[in-house]
Amino acid sequence: MQDNIIQVTVVDREGIEHNLEAPTDMAMNMMEVCKSYELPVEGTCGGMALCASCHVYVLSDHELSEPSEDEENMLDQAFFVKSNSRLGCQIKITEVIDGLIVQLAPVNGE
Amino acid sequence: MIQTDILIIGAGPVGLFTVFEAGLLKLKCHLVDSLGQPGGQLNEIYPKKPIYDIPGYPSILAGDLTENLLKQIEPFKPGFTLGERAEKLEKTDDNKFKLTTSRGTIIYAPVVAIAGGLGCFEPRKPPIENIDFYEDKGVDYVIKDPEKYRGKKVLVAGGGDSALDWSIILADIADEVALVHRRTSFRGALDSVEKVMDLAQKGKINLITNAQAVGLNGDSVLKEIVIEEEGKENYNYQVDHFIPLFGLAPKLGPIADWGLEIEDNAIKVNTLDYSTNIPGIYAIGDINTYPGKLKLILCGFHEGTLMIQSAFKHIYPDQKLSFKYTTVAGVNGFE
Ligand SMILES: Cc1cc2nc3c(=O)[nH]c(=O)nc-3n(C[C@H](O)[C@H](O)[C@H](O)COP(=O)(O)OP(=O)(O)OC[C@H]3O[C@@H](n4cnc5c(N)ncnc54)[C@H](O)[C@@H]3O)c2cc1C
Ligand code: FES
Repeated sequence: MQDNIIQVTVVDREGIEHNLEAPTDMAMNMMEVCKSYELPVEGTCGGMALCASCHVYVLSDHELSEPSEDEENMLDQAFFVKSNSRLGCQIKITEVIDGLIVQLAPVNGE
Repeated sequence: MIQTDILIIGAGPVGLFTVFEAGLLKLKCHLVDSLGQPGGQLNEIYPKKPIYDIPGYPSILAGDLTENLLKQIEPFKPGFTLGERAEKLEKTDDNKFKLTTSRGTIIYAPVVAIAGGLGCFEPRKPPIENIDFYEDKGVDYVIKDPEKYRGKKVLVAGGGDSALDWSIILADIADEVALVHRRTSFRGALDSVEKVMDLAQKGKINLITNAQAVGLNGDSVLKEIVIEEEGKENYNYQVDHFIPLFGLAPKLGPIADWGLEIEDNAIKVNTLDYSTNIPGIYAIGDINTYPGKLKLILCGFHEGTLMIQSAFKHIYPDQKLSFKYTTVAGVNGFE
C-alpha cells in the first residue's frame, strides 16, 4: 500500500466496477470519493446524513463502525434498504477500509 | 391576478436576498414557493444546523439566517405565494411573462428570476413499479383530509414523525391501520413512539417492523400491498389505501419544460448578469450552472445582486442607473 492511499471498489448502477484510489489523510468519505471520480452520486446535503443520495451497499466483509442514529434515521427515508445498506458519506476513508467494495443503490425514478 | 416587477420563483435564501437588491432600485418583487414556508433548503433540510461561511457571521443557524433575511427585506414589502408550485410560464403579447401556479394563481411580470435551488421539494415516492398508476386510486403521499379514510383499511409506511403521527390519528378514524417500517426503532418524538407502541399493544395499529412494501396489486383501484418482512415469505396485505411517508426530496420539476437551456439539472446562464437563453428570464443560486459554479449561499447573493442591475435595464432600457451605497442612501422602503 502506497503511503496514505487505499484502494476501494465502487460498482455503479450499470454493474461496472470502478477501482479507485482514495487518500486517508484528507478527511474524505466514500460519497466524496465517488464524486471526485465523477460517479453518479448526488451528495445533496454535502455529507451530513441528511439526504440519503449517497446510499450504498457494502459488498465486502469489512467491519465498519456501527451506523449512528442520524444515519439510521436517514436510511429510514431511503428505499431499497438492505441489511448491508450504508450512507456513503458516513464511511470515512481510513486504512481499515482498504479493499472495500460498495455498490451504488438504485436511485428513485431511474 | 398579481402584477409585479420581478417575479422570483423560489423563496430560498437567494430569492429572499434578491428582493433587497431589487428594492434598492425601487423594483417590486413577488415570490412563489411550493413549500409552505420561506427559506428553501435552509428551513426544509437543516434549520438547526450552524452555517459558518456567511460573511460577517462566524456562525449562524440556518433557520436564523432565513429570519434575518425576512427582516432585511421587510421594508420592500415583497408578495408571497407559498404552497404553490410554479407550473406554466408563458410570454405575453406585451413582452411580459405570465406564470400560472399549481393552484391557478396568475402572476404577470416583465422579469422572471428563477431561484429554484435544487427544485421543488416533493414527497419521496417508493420505487414500486406501478405506483404511479395507483396515485389517487389508493396511494396518497400527503393526507389532506383524514376523514377520507373513515371506515377504510389503511397502510402507512415510514419511520418518522409524520408516519407515527398519522398512524395515531388514523387509528381512531380508519377501520384498520397498519404501520410498516424497515426496522424496530423509530426516529420520531418519544411521545409519539410510545403512543404508537401502546396502540399496537391494544391492537389498534398493526405494527409491521423489519419490513417494507415492495409491490402493489389491484384492478382499477388498489387492493393489496406486497410486504417483504424479515424471516418470512413475501405476503399480500389487503388495503384500501397506501400512504408512504418518507419525507421530501427536491426535483427540478416544471422548470425543465420552459425552453431554458438545461445541463445536469441546472439552468445554463451567462455570468455577465446570470441571464438565461430567454431574454427577461434569469437564474440565480443553486439552480444555475456556469464554469466554476459553487452551490453556496454567498455566491447566490452575489448572483442576485448583479442580476438585478441587468433586470433594471431590461425593464427600463432608457433610464440611467446610478449606483449608491446603502450607507449613503439608506434603505428607503416602499409605502
Ligand atoms: C445540509 C446542507 C448544508 C449546507 N451547508 C451550507 C453552508 O454551510 N454554506 C453554504 O453557503 N451553503 C450550504 N448549503 C447549500 C445552501 O443551502 C444552498 O446553496 C442554498 O440553499 C441555495 O439557495 P437557493 O435560494 O438558491 O435555493 P434553495 O434553498 O434550494 O431554495 C429554492 C426554493 O425554490 C423552490 N422551488 C423550486 N422550484 C419551484 C417551482 N417550480 N415552484 C415553486 N417553488 C419552487 C423550492 O421549494 C425551494 O424552497 C448546504 C446545503 C445543505 C442541504
Ligand atoms: S450525502 Fe447526504 S446523506 Fe450522504
